[in-house]
Amino acid sequence: MNTTKKISLTVNGVSHEHDVEPRLLLVHYLRDVVGLTGTHVGCETSLCGACTVLVDGQAVKSCTLLAVQAEGSKVTTIEGMAHDGHLHPVQDAFWEHHGLQCGYCTPGMIMTAAQILERNPDPSEEEIRNGLEGNLCRCTGYQHIVQAVQCAAKKMAAKTAVAR
Amino acid sequence: MAENYVGKRIKRTEDPRLIQGLAHYVDDIKLPDTLHAVFLRSIHAHARIKKIDTAAAAKAPGVVAVYTGKDVQKIGPVPCGAAVPDMKSPEHRVLATNKVYFVGHPVAVVVATNRYAAKDAADLIEVDYEELPAVVNEEKAAQGGPVIHEQFGSNIAYKLTAGEGDIEAALKSADKIVKQKIINQRLAPIAMEPRGVLARYYPGEQELTLWTSTQIPHLARTQIAIMLGFPENKIRLIAPEVGGGFGSKLNVYAEEALVGWISMQTAKPVKWIETRRENLQATIHGRAQTGYIEIGCKKDGTITGFRYNVFADMGSYFQLLTPAIPTLTGLMLSGCYKIPAIQMNVTAVFTNKMSTDAYRGAGRPEATFVIERAMDLVAAELGMDVVEVRRKNFPRSDEFPFKTATGLFYDSGDYELALKKALEMANYAKLREGQRKARSEGRLVGIGVSTYVEICAIGPSAATPAGGWESATVRVEPTAKITILTGASPHGQGQETSFAQLAADHLGVGINDVTVIHGDTAVVQYGIGTFGSRGTAVGGTAVYLALEKVKDKATKLAAHLLGADAAKVSFKDGKFSGDGKQITIQEVALAAHLARNMPPDMEPGLSAIHFFEPKNFTFPFGTHIVALEIDRETGEIKFDRYVAVDDCGKVINPLLVDGQVQGGIAQSIGQALYEEVVYDDQGQLITGTLMDYAVPKAAHIPWLELDRTETPTPVNPLGAKGVGEAGTIGATPALAAAVIDALAPLGVRHVDMPLKPETLWRIINQHKKAGAA
Repeated sequence: MNTTKKISLTVNGVSHEHDVEPRLLLVHYLRDVVGLTGTHVGCETSLCGACTVLVDGQAVKSCTLLAVQAEGSKVTTIEGMAHDGHLHPVQDAFWEHHGLQCGYCTPGMIMTAAQILERNPDPSEEEIRNGLEGNLCRCTGYQHIVQAVQCAAKKMAAKTAVAR
Repeated sequence: MAENYVGKRIKRTEDPRLIQGLAHYVDDIKLPDTLHAVFLRSIHAHARIKKIDTAAAAKAPGVVAVYTGKDVQKIGPVPCGAAVPDMKSPEHRVLATNKVYFVGHPVAVVVATNRYAAKDAADLIEVDYEELPAVVNEEKAAQGGPVIHEQFGSNIAYKLTAGEGDIEAALKSADKIVKQKIINQRLAPIAMEPRGVLARYYPGEQELTLWTSTQIPHLARTQIAIMLGFPENKIRLIAPEVGGGFGSKLNVYAEEALVGWISMQTAKPVKWIETRRENLQATIHGRAQTGYIEIGCKKDGTITGFRYNVFADMGSYFQLLTPAIPTLTGLMLSGCYKIPAIQMNVTAVFTNKMSTDAYRGAGRPEATFVIERAMDLVAAELGMDVVEVRRKNFPRSDEFPFKTATGLFYDSGDYELALKKALEMANYAKLREGQRKARSEGRLVGIGVSTYVEICAIGPSAATPAGGWESATVRVEPTAKITILTGASPHGQGQETSFAQLAADHLGVGINDVTVIHGDTAVVQYGIGTFGSRGTAVGGTAVYLALEKVKDKATKLAAHLLGADAAKVSFKDGKFSGDGKQITIQEVALAAHLARNMPPDMEPGLSAIHFFEPKNFTFPFGTHIVALEIDRETGEIKFDRYVAVDDCGKVINPLLVDGQVQGGIAQSIGQALYEEVVYDDQGQLITGTLMDYAVPKAAHIPWLELDRTETPTPVNPLGAKGVGEAGTIGATPALAAAVIDALAPLGVRHVDMPLKPETLWRIINQHKKAGAA
């Protein structure tokens, strides 16, 4: 497997250009080539969601996407969620509501939670639980995560109201 | 002592790094020139290895080395730290030599410059196997047939009888005896971070550093030193950020020693990261008990005796604590009831499966499950309410310490109080009324109650394989910043926060002035680790007692500096007062380090170390109540209520306690309703990915209504009992009971877990057919 392919993409707003093996998974590209290790691998079969990132604004599981498929796209990882020293409201809410214990699923959970709120700014408990279908957590029992997403929804709504 | 932090819902200090993706789990640590190891594992459950051809793999691009069993004979066997009288202990080499014993058994390891190349090369290894008949069912395996470890002549690892009282007489004196076969199915712990090891050997310094995802850094270092025949004090073992354990990382694995050894051979850093498939195949499983209960009762519900005959599936080898797990079941068979005679007869059996070992609760959930099912069956037999039969057999709160017929002394408890609170929260009478109405409409509505006690704060050293104490160092730095070194090894429990809460209140500083360090054997004094709900109750107590020592010294020094009598010096909010004068902890800390004006008998510095040895276990308890309905058409469960009242003694941080209970209940929902490790008749692992092994998702968990009672333990000065396993112990029987209660109108008295929709749908349909016929 000596053939490589040049890809260029942006990750958290920074442009990257690399020669990669066509079979290189996006998650390994992010972790091993770009050096952003916040995105985790929990199952390598796209079931646990620990590797969730945003590609052009869509939450995807980066363990089942090849790096070459992300050519030309804008990727956001957990490291790109906080801005100017301020946590993203979802990050802040996970902290406040103890939405994490070991923290391994947390980056993927936060990316998915942010996506849920982008699609539906005021989700019900049931909608949150169904929205988290692709992300497994073994520590929390999800209740604090659900509360964190509810709290983040409120924070974001308040922010939007102020902006108006 | 001011309680500014203890008892409050304090946000965790460890979270900022975790929520920003900035923490370092093993695979996040990158060293230059790292080689990557990939294991070739057995595809058969039981086979003789006739030949292994590694030539093509060794020549593959990027490959540095390939090792098989014969190359690694110098590495000592994988350790078992538990002993049961007359047990047969098979030698457990790090790689298979003549035979493979389970699907996933490591046969060879390929080391290459990157993990893709290593994986490619592993596919080029050819193994010639002679398949042997697989031993899968533990009950059949005990009776005869093919033998896994031929030198033992049978598959029985040990037989053990435990318990006190005259069981025969007790059962004879009963008005009724209820019998039932009950299975606690095999489960996989599934920490979200799989296992992983990074090893770096410096030949010049002769130092081996191992980063490994473990719950027991010091114990693992000791064992790996023995396996490698390398001095313990030349090994630095670091448990970096650890992504969950649940007992699966309370172990010493072949891969940990082997990766260290490869680094010593190659003089390069070597990394191995487990895949989820490997995790399901070759990380310990839990539970796996097939039991038969006999419980005797009087007509009024009084229990006279309880017998549990059990086949315990060991898997093919002993891991660190494998044979000890059923003995923990034996200890907890009395539940929270007065039972004059208890007997457990264990037949521990080898099978061609992965080893079982400690999975969250480790033997105690099995005990709680069978005694709680037994109480339900007694209630059904006598036509009593499940609550009344429990109440009838509770010890009163003034009967503690309460001695059981399993040889334990329960420290403190008020079982009636927790039960009463839960019944009120759930409005039990109304739930039953609703059930009667629903049943009259033909709906399958069930209510389950479990009252449980568990054993925590493991434990006194005399009752623990490798020391049951814990250590702590408290260091007050010259700037009065506090450093705590704990021998516990938290991996999600939040003790960086709860220990900082203890220190901040004790020494009158802010919580952000405290740093808690754990998991690095080069930095932290020897310790035992985090398991058995011991982190706070044992590890936290060590911290507390070290804080006491530090405060004591600081008070004496303050008195000296103030020119006051130490007995008359008071300490509040970080200030020592005496003789009308004040001095801050910051000034005392600096004075202790400058050491220009010390009392003549006092050493400079301001730090203390404490090794805490608990005198007993602790026994948290509680009541869980579940109300649910089964959909007759699909077999799916819809929860109505989930109410739990848990008593874990004094609480340092209620936010963290809620998190522990919620997570534990979710894992119980997994065992009760969804999860099972399935091997087929040939010993093939059918549940080899997370597609087949059903870990509960968010939508599977109902809203959990939690409350607490608080009965402090007299065993430690914190009064804290521990809470890590309460959920997995208390919830499973309540969940199963609710499902079985829902099916009771169909004549069902017991169904084995997991109670998945398919199972329930079949039962409902069979009943329909039988009714039609």
